[in-house]
Amino acid sequence: MSVLVYTESEQGKYKKSAFEVASYGSALAEKMGTGVSAVAFNAEDAGALGNYGVGKVLQVSDASFESFTAAKYAKAIAAAAKQENATVVVLSSSANSKYLAPLLAVELEAGYASNVIALPDDVSNFKVKRNAFTNKAYAFTSISSDIKLVGVSNNSFGVTEKGGSATVEPFAPDASADGVSVDGQDKAAGKVTIADADIVVSGGRGLKGPENWNMVEELADVLGAATACSKPVSDMGWRPHSEHVGQTGKPVASNLYIAIGISGAIQHLAGINASKVKVVINTDPEAPFFKAADYGVVGDAFTVVPQLIEKLKAFKAAG
Amino acid sequence: MKILVCISHVPDTTSKINFAEGDTKFDANGVQFVINPNDEFGLTRAMWFKEKQGASVDVINVGGAETEPTLRKALAIGADKAIRVNTEAKDGYQVAGELAKVAQDGGYDLIIGGRESIDYNGGMVPGMVAAMMGASFINNCIGLEVDGSSVTASREIDGGKESVSTSFPLVVGGQKGIVDESDLRIPNMRGIMMARQKPLEVVEPSGTAVKSASVQFEKPAPKGAVKLVDPENLDELISLLHNEAKVI
Repeated sequence: MSVLVYTESEQGKYKKSAFEVASYGSALAEKMGTGVSAVAFNAEDAGALGNYGVGKVLQVSDASFESFTAAKYAKAIAAAAKQENATVVVLSSSANSKYLAPLLAVELEAGYASNVIALPDDVSNFKVKRNAFTNKAYAFTSISSDIKLVGVSNNSFGVTEKGGSATVEPFAPDASADGVSVDGQDKAAGKVTIADADIVVSGGRGLKGPENWNMVEELADVLGAATACSKPVSDMGWRPHSEHVGQTGKPVASNLYIAIGISGAIQHLAGINASKVKVVINTDPEAPFFKAADYGVVGDAFTVVPQLIEKLKAFKAAG
Repeated sequence: MKILVCISHVPDTTSKINFAEGDTKFDANGVQFVINPNDEFGLTRAMWFKEKQGASVDVINVGGAETEPTLRKALAIGADKAIRVNTEAKDGYQVAGELAKVAQDGGYDLIIGGRESIDYNGGMVPGMVAAMMGASFINNCIGLEVDGSSVTASREIDGGKESVSTSFPLVVGGQKGIVDESDLRIPNMRGIMMARQKPLEVVEPSGTAVKSASVQFEKPAPKGAVKLVDPENLDELISLLHNEAKVI
């Protein structure tokens, strides 16, 4: 019996989610009275997970795993789980983790709870609280299979540093090719993505046209944030589809979501509701978004946002 | 090409979410049910393959008789036949097992599901069906082309997109982008009339394994009122975000 966490890295660096799932896995292992290991692929400084309570890291050092393909990764993680006698496997909620999770579940004949936001109260019935109804409610899901698969929601459990160290062991899973091959990728380099961002700055129709987006990008820059947009804005081609957040767009689970000129249609709210703090800037005091917001400014974005940018620059400069 | 489109019967997005029976079940009273939005995009793409490549398109749902109106909507959009596996949907693993059995027995080449349903947000059924069938799986699919039994597809990835290729049998987790929103098919009068004549087969479940159960539900605590900040006093907003919310 043990806990295994799949810790993601990109270009050799652990992603923030790696530390969050390690923290979750470590706390869970403590509750279960057992140990926690991690499986990592081509991570530099693999042992860094020790700081989050992980005892051992199974490190796959294999160039053929540089490019992510779900079935191949699922098989490798399943092999690690079997080797470690893992009874719980913990994943993040990244797109890649969600892609491989169902394949991994079937490999391990495991029940899978996704979008989990807390530890089980009782490890014997393994009932976990998760987001459901597109962030409008919570479900408590009990997993009854011998091996259980948990997908932890971003920014839900938090990161707990324990100051330990982890041993790193080489792990060489089957590297035979996936049935799906990747032919090419088209990715904006360097920009923080909506999935990874702590802060997301989003613009809607209230900005009147694509020519007015400079201030959205500048505000995002100052905050180190990702840029996003509402559905009408991407439908009209003002911004790329990849920025559309909402029910049929990307989900947002960042710490801060700043909505500029977005009225707050239900489908939009559904997609961004997992964000912790919502700030709404809109000229219309009746905009539905204000009911869902934590902080709001009723005002003209074209005066408010530039001022906010200047004040934030000063705030950041003051340290 | 034989296509099977998996249809989830879900409460419409604008529905009020309430629970009954001691918060152990979703309260369907007064709720309008629809085809899961992600599934609609896949269904429209399947219609394209039917019209341009002569594919056959069947739709399937795992559920009780209450899901039949939603299957009829899918028939009205243009599917040839609907199949309802007559059992309550208990969890993703069980639903995938039932779907995989029908997909394999029926010799389907391409199975299209929605990446995630808006009710339980499991996001697991299409991938599990693929693994159970030994089929390839493409998730977050925003483009799908078929040439014989070779498939090329586009996937949404963090920060962009990637192109992939594979072959049949294949399961796809579809979403907006696999067709454009403006191309979504909606049932017209003729489709609705014709749907009445199309077969809706009810099949008994194989009784596949159930691995989990949603035993309780909870509504979030009601939200406090928004803290409004004067546009002339944005320093206060920054202070609140830094000191109170601690997000900057």
